[in-house]
Amino acid sequence: MLEMLMMYFQYPFVRYAMLVGVLIALSSSLLGVSLVLKRFSFIGDGLSHVAFGAMAIATVLDVASDTMVVLPITILSAILLLHTGQNAKLKGDAVIAMISVGALALGYLFLNLFSKSANLTGDVCSTLFGSTAILTLSLLDVWLCVVMSILVLLIFTFFYHRIFAVTFDETFAKATGMKVNRYNLLIAIVTASVIVLAMKLVGSLLISALIIFPALSSMRLFKSFYGVILSSAVCSVFCAFFGILLSILASTPVGATIVCMNILVFALCSLLGACLKRG
Amino acid sequence: MAQLICRDVVLGYEGKAVVQHLNFEVNQGDYLCIVGENGSGKSTLIKALLQLKKPMAGEILSGDGLEADGIGYLPQQTIVQRDFPASVQEIVRSGCLGRFGWRPFYGKAEKAVAEENMEKLGITHLAKRCYRELSGGQQQRVLLARALCATKYMLLLDEPVAGLDPVAIQEMYDLLERLNQEEKITIIMVSHDIRAALTYASHILHISEEPLFFGTKEDYLKSEIGRSYLSVTGGKRHA
Repeated sequence: MLEMLMMYFQYPFVRYAMLVGVLIALSSSLLGVSLVLKRFSFIGDGLSHVAFGAMAIATVLDVASDTMVVLPITILSAILLLHTGQNAKLKGDAVIAMISVGALALGYLFLNLFSKSANLTGDVCSTLFGSTAILTLSLLDVWLCVVMSILVLLIFTFFYHRIFAVTFDETFAKATGMKVNRYNLLIAIVTASVIVLAMKLVGSLLISALIIFPALSSMRLFKSFYGVILSSAVCSVFCAFFGILLSILASTPVGATIVCMNILVFALCSLLGACLKRG
Repeated sequence: MAQLICRDVVLGYEGKAVVQHLNFEVNQGDYLCIVGENGSGKSTLIKALLQLKKPMAGEILSGDGLEADGIGYLPQQTIVQRDFPASVQEIVRSGCLGRFGWRPFYGKAEKAVAEENMEKLGITHLAKRCYRELSGGQQQRVLLARALCATKYMLLLDEPVAGLDPVAIQEMYDLLERLNQEEKITIIMVSHDIRAALTYASHILHISEEPLFFGTKEDYLKSEIGRSYLSVTGGKRHA
């Protein structure tokens, strides 16, 4: 088994996949805690569908790097979604549902009408579930991912206490003179970026899992914000690393395997949490 | 000069005035209770005092050492906070965030302020505990300690005893009285509890579409509006 792994890791694309996978898992888990606690989990889901639509457009346009098209569109939608969330006239969750389903339909329609690819179903499937995308990363994609992940980490470290304050109590943060809307915007933009990156790893349908599961698992066990953040990062990296290994060994789809690892960890954490509470 | 002055302020939503002709001032060491029926614009007034909402007309001035963001605010609890994983220490310290500019982490000064305020409110032993596992009264103390981290001068409290049990309510009022008398912290409190307002407050502001009364507690008790409101709510004077 070890030999088999060694053999696989001689290929650069496998090493890239591992690096990118772990970095994406790390960034998404950090954000996840804040999103889950702010009751924004749905926004992650909505954005991932938007990203799918954008990806379809990028494929049709046949541009050199998909990310350059998908990233701006998704960030723009994130900003829009955040604003409707604050607008009392339009119900936030309904808007999100509308946009996400709309983007999904439009994307699929575009692909069907204009795609030159011979294997349309395969393309769609890999965008939705990320089955092989991660093994076909270009060097540009890898660098983009590394840079973005470092950026997310830096932003998160620098604004850690402010993100805590905004997440815990927006009104109070506002009252003490913090520019709360700016931080919400920052969170939305970073979320959009992470989703676009993560699409390569697990596909657009499964991204929410990367964002939500580590945070939820950690909240079963830890009682401080700091503890939850740390544990969520560790959890997510662990799941991504072993998920990718497992998928190589068993030749299962990467995204689905990682998500299953996350489900398993969540179940374990819930069990442990329940035991601790009783004990 | 007074700490806070409202001059002919009009407040409202989307062009519709809720409260008009609001005139009052708050001096250091005052204990002002804002009373009034539901929907009379109490929470709008709070937002205006915190400068989260611009008045439609008139002006709200602050002075006497009170900076614009120098008000310590105790909001009503939100559902999000009920199951939020955060330690008491993390929450109290976050009160210092408003005034430390662009530094990413807390310094010694902020930690000391947080420590001091936890000591003051008797929650030092809870520092490492999880917020969501505390009792309602303890949670309010944590939020009060956080508010104190943001101010030295004035506390603005939005229904601070809502949802607390009688013992915790009494403790909360005692605590506020102590802060008001010993630390000379100005207190503005929105409350439904008219009896407590009359026991502890030095001034009363009774608002409706038009402000119905502003003045000292003694004058309020003599006024017609004060007496009729008391008879409706069944309040009795305890002081």
